Amino acid sequence: MSAPADQDLRIITSRFDVDDGHTLAGYERTGGYAGLRRALEMAPAEVHGEVRTASLLGRGGAGFPAGVKWGFCPPGVWPRYLVVNGDESEPGTYKDRLLMERDPHQLIEGCLIACYALGLSQCFLYVRGEMAHAQERLAAALNEAYEAGYVGRNVLGADDFSVDITLHWGAGAYIVGEETALIESLEGNRGMPRLKPPYFPASIGLYGKPTIVNNVETLANLPWIVSNGGAAFAAMGAHNSTGTRVFAVSGHVVSPGVFEVPFGTTTFRDIIFDPRYAGGTRPGRTLKTFIPGGASAPWFFEEHLDIPLEKATVDQAGSMLGSGAIVVMDDTTDVVKACHNVVRFFARESCGKCTPCREGTSWLEKILSRILAGQGRLQDLDLLMDVCDNISPGIHWPPRQTTICPLGPSAVSPIASALERFRSEFEAYLPATPVSVTTTSGVAT
Amino acid sequence: MARLNPANLTVAQEIIGRYPVTRSALIPLLHLAQEQDGYVTEDAMAHIAELVGVTPAEVMGTCSFYEMLKREPVGDYMVNICNGISCHLLGSSELIHYAETTLGVRPGGTTDDGKITLEAVECIAACTEAPCLQVNYRYRNLVTTEDFDQLVGELRAGTAGFAPHGKLAKVRQHVGEDRWAGVSHPDGQGEPAWMARNPSDNGD
Repeated sequence: MSAPADQDLRIITSRFDVDDGHTLAGYERTGGYAGLRRALEMAPAEVHGEVRTASLLGRGGAGFPAGVKWGFCPPGVWPRYLVVNGDESEPGTYKDRLLMERDPHQLIEGCLIACYALGLSQCFLYVRGEMAHAQERLAAALNEAYEAGYVGRNVLGADDFSVDITLHWGAGAYIVGEETALIESLEGNRGMPRLKPPYFPASIGLYGKPTIVNNVETLANLPWIVSNGGAAFAAMGAHNSTGTRVFAVSGHVVSPGVFEVPFGTTTFRDIIFDPRYAGGTRPGRTLKTFIPGGASAPWFFEEHLDIPLEKATVDQAGSMLGSGAIVVMDDTTDVVKACHNVVRFFARESCGKCTPCREGTSWLEKILSRILAGQGRLQDLDLLMDVCDNISPGIHWPPRQTTICPLGPSAVSPIASALERFRSEFEAYLPATPVSVTTTSGVAT
Repeated sequence: MARLNPANLTVAQEIIGRYPVTRSALIPLLHLAQEQDGYVTEDAMAHIAELVGVTPAEVMGTCSFYEMLKREPVGDYMVNICNGISCHLLGSSELIHYAETTLGVRPGGTTDDGKITLEAVECIAACTEAPCLQVNYRYRNLVTTEDFDQLVGELRAGTAGFAPHGKLAKVRQHVGEDRWAGVSHPDGQGEPAWMARNPSDNGD
């Protein structure tokens, strides 16, 4: 199969254009399960060492180094579990579903390598409920992998290595993507985040036992890392953001798509405007703003285009790469409506456990709704910022939290970004004649 | 029609067997009940409570948290139009408005013929294919109003080929008894055998 030169750099999307890449036959033919075989020739600690050397950053949103997270399991406490976070639902994010649908064995192999490295004795593969096709691709792949001896009792004939993978599926709740909420859901409960500390389920997680929760894309990198060595992975991309990453570029671009690119060296301008990727804004249109890392991320503008897709640089510039979701808005965009759309999402998905988030996000949504309906008041713009300040004091980046998890503060990002940059567009929605409001005491204000 | 039928009870026992703690099977069993009846009945919740060893109220507590689990009958087809930010930018609000107008229902409502329940949903991870929708959790991408009309026609005629509401994956995980390693119970486990391997062993 002929492929453009840069496709040689593809690590985890290499089978996306292999028709039968999702089957065991197709996977084995294209080098599948070589990483697992290699891992079993090494001691578990050596495998962990390769992942540390790779400096693999977690691909779920927070970008925490996977090898370091793995190290948080307290010694001598057994069993340990692996939970795969396949609950992809951050608006704009579209990569884990593809990785599950098109290359399910790669994920299974990654799970097995992680289990081997850390002594995780059972794996739970949590797939978002709405992803029926991904669920059946993974079920079929697991059934094949069990039959062929890759999963289950005596993996590849090893008399000392047995591990089960249980396919589990969710039932519709964004908050379950938060790792402690995911564990609650996996235990059969309402998916509400757990109080911290402990900050990492690696110390106390599923059934109160040490649990590693890793994102689908993170685990999908492991077969390559073990096969080629952590140093080879670390040599790709930038110093602090190694390997490749998968980004979905959507919104107002010529060729929206999902692209695996070198991590840390590609810039926003490259991925949004280069014809090899999203191909730029639509003809005759100009860039107004873009979300660099999913709905939770503060928005970026023209002046940020030359920033590389590198974690530390993007963090320093006041936003985040998050879950690899770049959403482009051109000059036709009504930012008040776009802002309302994102805030409505967080209001609807708040689990209700923490008051600042439950009340704050729903009030933000209501205030934006009345502004859009032409019923806004001049002081509403300050009120929006005041509510934001109550959810996340100071409205800093990274945000301070008054809540157990980052969902509430995430609703602050679009408002702070849009109001600061496009305040006049909000003001344009305010009625020329001030709206009279009757309070509960009957006094008009 | 309400408690799990014998065939599904067998499936339920297999699902339960894959978890160290039975309660973890709760959500998968709710999906199974919804697959059987199109929604989750009270009797099914009571049956699931028996199976996983919790009270019916606890089952209700979990069930009511998740959007996909319906405790009232819905149409044969859930038509879920994505209203995430990427779809919003490319016309999802207009598509939802069009759907409301042509179907004569608001999001959450079911058409009089009982065929279609309309929902406006949050991002369903097809952002580069906006605007998109799902019919019983199967994707339709880059949906125009003409596409929508055609889809509705096919749904009403029963020619669109979608499984009835409640049916998710067409393939289930199934592990032969000789291949299953055995669940890892939270208590009474020691260090797994393979952790004793050291670098000088160089595997086996």
